[in-house]
Amino acid sequence: MSGVEAGRTPVKTGMTRRRKRALSRGAQYLVFVGVLVFIGLSADWGRLRNQFAQTDLAQRLFPDIITIALRNTVLYTLSGFLLGLVLGLLIALMRLSSVGPYRWVAGIYIEVFRGLPALLIFIFVGVAVPLAFPGTEIPGGTYGKVALALGLVSAAYMAETIRAGIQAIPKGQMEAARSLGFSHTRAMVSIIIPQAFRVVIPPLTNELVLLFKDSSLVLFLGVTLEERELTKFGRDLASETANSTPILVAGLCYLLVTVPLGFVVRKLEARAAEATR
Amino acid sequence: MSEHGGSGLRKETTADPAPGPEILVEQLHKSFGDNHVLRGIDLEIRQGEVVCVIGPSGSGKSTLLRCVNLLEQPSGGRVFVGGSELTHPDVDIDAVRRRIGMVFQQFNLFPHLSVTENLALPQRRVLGRDKAAAGRVAAENLERVGLADKAKAFPASLSGGQQQRVAIARALAMGPEVMLFDEPTSALDPELVGDVLAVMRMLADEGMTMMVVTHEMSFAREVADRVVFMDDGVIVEEGPPAEVIGNPRHERTRHFLARVLDPAAAQVEEGMPPVDKRP
Repeated sequence: MSGVEAGRTPVKTGMTRRRKRALSRGAQYLVFVGVLVFIGLSADWGRLRNQFAQTDLAQRLFPDIITIALRNTVLYTLSGFLLGLVLGLLIALMRLSSVGPYRWVAGIYIEVFRGLPALLIFIFVGVAVPLAFPGTEIPGGTYGKVALALGLVSAAYMAETIRAGIQAIPKGQMEAARSLGFSHTRAMVSIIIPQAFRVVIPPLTNELVLLFKDSSLVLFLGVTLEERELTKFGRDLASETANSTPILVAGLCYLLVTVPLGFVVRKLEARAAEATR
Repeated sequence: MSEHGGSGLRKETTADPAPGPEILVEQLHKSFGDNHVLRGIDLEIRQGEVVCVIGPSGSGKSTLLRCVNLLEQPSGGRVFVGGSELTHPDVDIDAVRRRIGMVFQQFNLFPHLSVTENLALPQRRVLGRDKAAAGRVAAENLERVGLADKAKAFPASLSGGQQQRVAIARALAMGPEVMLFDEPTSALDPELVGDVLAVMRMLADEGMTMMVVTHEMSFAREVADRVVFMDDGVIVEEGPPAEVIGNPRHERTRHFLARVLDPAAAQVEEGMPPVDKRP
């Protein structure tokens, strides 16, 4: 305590704190409204509506945009996520291994794949892999390629997340398990990893959202009509019809998934924060 | 096991483990880098004996305990439990640890498992018991520590004292021959210490071989068959509690006990003013 009671000896500054705060808030509202008015007045709404919001064109996109494009986006994302999860767990465990070369390989993998643009990896998988191993096909055709590319990218991020999750588990958990006769591996599988996964579910769900968006890079692999996902689908129809409405609808389809997922992530994070209190 | 034998057993026991001590520690050394924590410990604990290890913090008593189930790898010396040498390079450490129960200061229950699962999962994974058998043993041991009604609870919803009793039950469910306690009541609120000590007293009465690192002098005095006083990595003095706590022979023991039993008085005795650190 400073010894000075706020109420007894008020410091005169000309403006009270409450008044200052009200003024600052007023200024912020003013800027906000100003920007809205500027956009509202200066944008050419008629042309925008023509180009992006043709309802009859939008209607023609259905049901294909759901049954083919959204379905493929989800398939690409989930297969990439699963592969990334398995690979990421493996790399996280290698990173924590007592065997030096495992740690180095895992470290290099993480640095390389976190440092490269996802697009480059898509091109690499699409072009370099068939060149390097002539005659071998990546199983699953386009689906396999996309799963591999997305899996390779996300594994690096997930490995770091999982490693952090494992290291966040108190040392006493491993000691308790070992003292009960668990081997190191059994303790990892039965005690440590299940706890680590509870810690990393929110960040992993976040990674799922990122992957969902990254699946749009399939655009650069060259896909058949039946293999198109949202972005490719929207762009193809936009150029066919010389109108951008399909892009807008495809965008809404992304939001249809990412916004609820984001909501779930925040819920999970709040629950995790509560659990660790 | 009866009380016959005595200290003359030591030489024979390394060769013939049958009637030997349950725990035998020979010339144990442990260093962390340059820090020489244990400097040649010799200790023998007979079956059914309760030994309390006391000493100032940093004296190496917890490290000694952790060396007995190899949570710390000794730098030198040998450790035997139930006649088999833990420090032998070919030993299956997981198999030996199954016979040694350990209770930690911080309980270390598995927070993602219910109380019953905390007891049952190790039995199933380590001992290969089926779910029904593991559940039965779990229920029995929860009953023993007086927490049968908490079977479905999760650790986070229990008090510290209850968590520690679950931890004891979890160790007991593995059917250990020996129980190690590493300051089991140090993390507890004072009013919860009694329940945990009562469970430990019950175990002692049932004839469990126990090695207890503790600051609870009254527990040591009442329950221990023998008290070991450690300081600076060596055993300074050991014997019946009435002697070591009641009438210590060594100056270091007296000094430590004076501080533990009456901290304020000890400071006056040392010529320091009794500083009250609390605001």
